[in-house]
Amino acid sequence: MVPLSWYIVLSAIVFSIGVFGFLARRNLIIVFMSLELMLNSVNISLAAFSHYLQSMRGQILVFFIITVAAAEAAIGLAILIAFYRNNPTIKVDEINLLKG
Amino acid sequence: MTIQQAFFSYFAGAIVALSLLVVTRKNPVHSVLWMLLLFVHIASLYLFLNAEFLAAIQIIIYAGAILVLFLFVIMLLNLRKEETEKRFQGQWPFGLAIGVVLAVFVVLIVGKIGVLPELGQYSVEAVKSEGHIMTVGKVLYTEFLLPFEIASVILLVAIVGAVVLAKRSLE
Repeated sequence: MVPLSWYIVLSAIVFSIGVFGFLARRNLIIVFMSLELMLNSVNISLAAFSHYLQSMRGQILVFFIITVAAAEAAIGLAILIAFYRNNPTIKVDEINLLKG
Repeated sequence: MTIQQAFFSYFAGAIVALSLLVVTRKNPVHSVLWMLLLFVHIASLYLFLNAEFLAAIQIIIYAGAILVLFLFVIMLLNLRKEETEKRFQGQWPFGLAIGVVLAVFVVLIVGKIGVLPELGQYSVEAVKSEGHIMTVGKVLYTEFLLPFEIASVILLVAIVGAVVLAKRSLE
C-alpha cells in the first residue's frame, strides 16, 4: 500500500516545478504549459484524496478542473495568436504594453 | 518496499523528471512531446488510484485535445529565431527560489497532517461492484448537476471566445 503522503509530496513537487516554469520562462507557450502542469499536479492530489477518503467528490472536481483547463488553454492560445498578429513576439519580457 | 511502492516510485520519479524536461527545453515542440509522455504517466497514476475513467479522460482530453492545440499554435507562429535566444527571464533565480520554498513548505506540512475526515461510502469494493463510470455518473448527475451545467456553459464560452479572438475581422 502506497501512503497518501507520497502522492501529496509528488503533487507538491510537480506544482513547484510548474511555478518555477511559470515565473522563469520567456516563451509564453511554455508559460501556458507550466500552468497545465500545475493543474495536473492538483489533479493528482485530488484523485489521491478521493481514493484514500473513499469519496467521489475529488474525482468529480478533477473533471471540472480538466474542463476549465481545456477552456483556459483554448482562450489563452487564441489571445496569444491575436496578440502575435499585432506584435510578433511571444517573449514574456517584451510584452509590456501596459507598463507605461 | 512492496511491489506497489516500487511501481509508484518509478512513476513518481518519471513524472518529476519529465516535468523538469517540460519547463527547461528550449524548443517548444520538444516540451510538448515530453508533456505527452508526462500525461501518460499521470494517467497510469490514476489507474493506481482506481480511477479508470479519469485515466481515459486524461489521455483523451489532455493528450488528445489540449496538446494538439498547443502543437497547432506552435506551428502557426513562426518561432525559428526565438529558439536561438535565452530561454529564461532575468528574474529566474527568484522563480527557482519560490518553487523550492513552496515544495519544502508543503513537504514539511504533510508530515503534520494527523486528522482525516471519516471515510465515505465509495470503498474500492463498492465502486467495483457497480462499475467506476456508473458511480461517477450517478454522483455527477445528482449532487453536482448545477456545476455540470455551469461547466457546459464555460465550454460554450470558450468555443465562441476562441473563434472571436483568433478571427482576423468580425465582418
